[in-house]
Amino acid sequence: MEKLLAINKLSVDFTLRESTLRAVNKVSLSLDRGERLGIVGESGAGKSVLGFSIINLISKPGRIAEGSVIFQGEEISAYSYEQMRRVRGDRISMIFQDPMMTLNPVLTIGEQMRESLKAHMEVSTAQANEICLEKLRKVYIPSPEKRLEQYPHEFSGGMRQRIIIAISLLTNPAMIIADEPTTALDVTIQAEIMELLLELCETEQMGLILITHDLAVVSQVTQRIAVMYAGTIVELGRTEDIITHPQHPYTIGLLGALPQRAGSSGRLNQIPGVMPGLARIPRGCPFKNRCSLAAEICATKPHLRKSSSGSEAACHMVGTEQSTAA
Amino acid sequence: MINFLRRLRSSDFSYYFFRDPIALVSFAVLLVLVVAAFSAPLIAPHNPYDPTTIDIMDSELPPAWAAEGSRNFLLGTDDMGRGMFSTMLYGMRISIIIGLGAVLLQAMIGIVVGLLSGYIKRLDSILMRIADVQLSFSTYMIAIFIGATFQMVFGVANYEKIAAPLLILIIGLAEWPQYARTVRASVLAERQKEYIEAARVIGLSKVRIMWRHILPNTLSPVLVISTVQVANAIMSEAALSFLGLGMPQNKPSLGSLITSGFEYIFSGSWWITIFPGILLVTLILVINLLGDWVRDYLNPKLYKG
Amino acid sequence: MFAFTVRRVAQAVLVMLIISLIGFSIKHNFGDPVRELVGERVTPQERQQIRDQLGLNDPFMVQYGRFLKSAVHGDLGRSFFFKKPVTEVILAKAPATLELVFCASLIVILLSVPLGIYSAIHPRRLLSRLIMGVSIVGVSMPVFLTAILLIYIFSVELGWLPSFGRGETVQLFGFWDSGLLTRDGLRHLLMPSVALSSIMLPLFIRLIRSEMMEVLETEYVKFAWAKGLRPRRVWYVHAFKNTLLPVITVGGVQLGIMVAFTILTETVFQWQGMGSMFIESVERADTALMVSYIVVVGFIFVVVNTLVDLIYGLVNPTVRIAGRK
Repeated sequence: MEKLLAINKLSVDFTLRESTLRAVNKVSLSLDRGERLGIVGESGAGKSVLGFSIINLISKPGRIAEGSVIFQGEEISAYSYEQMRRVRGDRISMIFQDPMMTLNPVLTIGEQMRESLKAHMEVSTAQANEICLEKLRKVYIPSPEKRLEQYPHEFSGGMRQRIIIAISLLTNPAMIIADEPTTALDVTIQAEIMELLLELCETEQMGLILITHDLAVVSQVTQRIAVMYAGTIVELGRTEDIITHPQHPYTIGLLGALPQRAGSSGRLNQIPGVMPGLARIPRGCPFKNRCSLAAEICATKPHLRKSSSGSEAACHMVGTEQSTAA
Repeated sequence: MINFLRRLRSSDFSYYFFRDPIALVSFAVLLVLVVAAFSAPLIAPHNPYDPTTIDIMDSELPPAWAAEGSRNFLLGTDDMGRGMFSTMLYGMRISIIIGLGAVLLQAMIGIVVGLLSGYIKRLDSILMRIADVQLSFSTYMIAIFIGATFQMVFGVANYEKIAAPLLILIIGLAEWPQYARTVRASVLAERQKEYIEAARVIGLSKVRIMWRHILPNTLSPVLVISTVQVANAIMSEAALSFLGLGMPQNKPSLGSLITSGFEYIFSGSWWITIFPGILLVTLILVINLLGDWVRDYLNPKLYKG
Repeated sequence: MFAFTVRRVAQAVLVMLIISLIGFSIKHNFGDPVRELVGERVTPQERQQIRDQLGLNDPFMVQYGRFLKSAVHGDLGRSFFFKKPVTEVILAKAPATLELVFCASLIVILLSVPLGIYSAIHPRRLLSRLIMGVSIVGVSMPVFLTAILLIYIFSVELGWLPSFGRGETVQLFGFWDSGLLTRDGLRHLLMPSVALSSIMLPLFIRLIRSEMMEVLETEYVKFAWAKGLRPRRVWYVHAFKNTLLPVITVGGVQLGIMVAFTILTETVFQWQGMGSMFIESVERADTALMVSYIVVVGFIFVVVNTLVDLIYGLVNPTVRIAGRK
């Protein structure tokens, strides 16, 4: 199948005065056309940085240190600023975490939608308004004509996130990167927004990278999951494989910390300790200090290998009997 | 004290301080200036306050390196025949004393007002309205108005006799709102916190909570504005002196030295104005630079550079 | 918006009352209206008689009421020195000061906006560091010293520009002496305006820069980048529009404060405006004139502050809507 996106050994460094911190460490990922991938991990695992690095929009001291991003067959990571600008918001759209902060408070919804179109195509204001209305209807905003003249603070959080989704749809992108799109919303609204996103991806054949710390959300929406820990992918595979048969001890721990998975004892299984800061990631396996299975071999860095369940895991302790065939 | 110094040496504070060349140089310059100002009686070659040592024949001599300069007076002399170098040292001492004194007074008024209005709701709107009005008027203007009123009350001759304490009073009265606002803001932020709630629950008195718990937490913003306020106070004093509402000519501050030289600038005697001008700007500049550094250090949220 | 306006205007009136009360009590306690009328050569008996006639022995509040009433009608008393109603004296001097403030504000706005934006967008570039370096020196330089330096360089050493006075003026509308219309007037205006703007310019640059840098870090600016907008659009529309709000509130007040600095600038350049008039009135103990200046300048400040708040309300949609409800 045609690859929509291929990330090859991508690393992102943050250069500080005294040291350089690696937030994303040699991550490889790919996405097929219309495929939905979830990137899961704790906050600070580097998943947002990875998401932003795809369109080279990492905040200031950060930069792509090595690796490449291939999108629709073009190496966009080598693009000039202007070339990359034409990709952003056109072929790849982003949805941000907190809808209350994402819209500019002093511009009307209409202005913020039209400018997005005008940045990428030659349209008259009237044409642009037509497209905006069409997309607002798609995200079920009632009476969209009136909405265009309103300011963000006149909307609720859920409505704003719908508007942001409408903005991301404006140019019919091939892929959407959604960075924790429901974290800042009420639980009831979270489900609505996720459903909407899923529906749109299916009808429009859009690829989706869903960045979240919420495994429940990911399992409903995505076809594949990448689990990130301390800047590296520790497990990658089909959603159902990972949810039902997690291989990496970290994934097992993550799932054990979900209430519905708590098991017969009714207790949540917490992973002991906390994820190390970027400056304190241990050599070898980054998870070894918190891992109950850690052994001497963990001093060398494990790589992703096919495991018995079908997913790939970066752990020396995971059985690989059936993987030799692949 | 030794313990404190030891702690200081190993702290973040000194770590960042010694890594910032601007902060380091500013501090060194400030130290030199302050030490020079306060040891003026020891290091100044002449005593500008002693009329017997002043010879009017020496007036308006250019700096020593100029053709008509005298080796006696390194930076030349002013219109009364006082050596510029010595007079500037004494003048800087007055400027610094007035600056520090005024800031001390401002801080005292401001902290009391800020604590009261942050802690007692009924006083808040009145006190803060006064502060707002005063700030919107610009503290300069207020200082000039108070100075003008004082001069009218006391008469010019008496005003000059007690000019230094009066200037401290004027600038202190004019600039306290800055402190009051800052302290109030951090009191409001602080009293939301749980430990204040806890202190209230165990029945500590209001005064004790304010004094022991809230006040120490307002210190870092107070420190941040204090450095800049010293610079402002020195500037205000110079401005008042320039308008004739400040230090008299026989006990000049840097500001009044600049003023007295202004008349002579047209006849080419630039040094009477320019040297004290440079000294004044240097003094204010290094304080401002240090103030910027302290602000960046204590408020890393702003440190985005 | 209407309720907001009413509240703001009511506040302004209250502040004006307080200012007039302070002004009046200065005048009441230290002024000598008898001297203003007849000079100093009168016997104590005559003096008492005149005081009675003028109502100067009435209770304080009664006199304040009378002062307020005539102040509203534009009568602020008579100047002892000029032997004229102070309103007349101040009106004659006001154009000089207002033109000076106007030109200085123009310099401040025209320079601070581009320089502030530039140094916020490219904080690490050499030019930005230079701008910031010069501006902190500017902040540390007393305005009268800047003025003196300008005079020394451009008048004494180079002889290019006149060092004092307003030069040739043209009378407009029968009362406004303008220096803006003649070459000579503009030549005289140049150095005082630059000196006056020198104190506000660095403050404005630093203000615009720090506000804009804060805005550039916000989520909505990040989102604007993610939408693939052109840099100009992100900087000048998304970021600058949000920078404007705090800059208007602080900046408007600062421009009003420039009136205070005219006292210094006008004294250096012997500019025949309200500022130098004030200092002269202090030296001459011309109480009525001095107090009137305080009241008039207070009035200007209050008007400027009120306007700034109202403009802020107009520009900021959040306030605007809140007022509408």
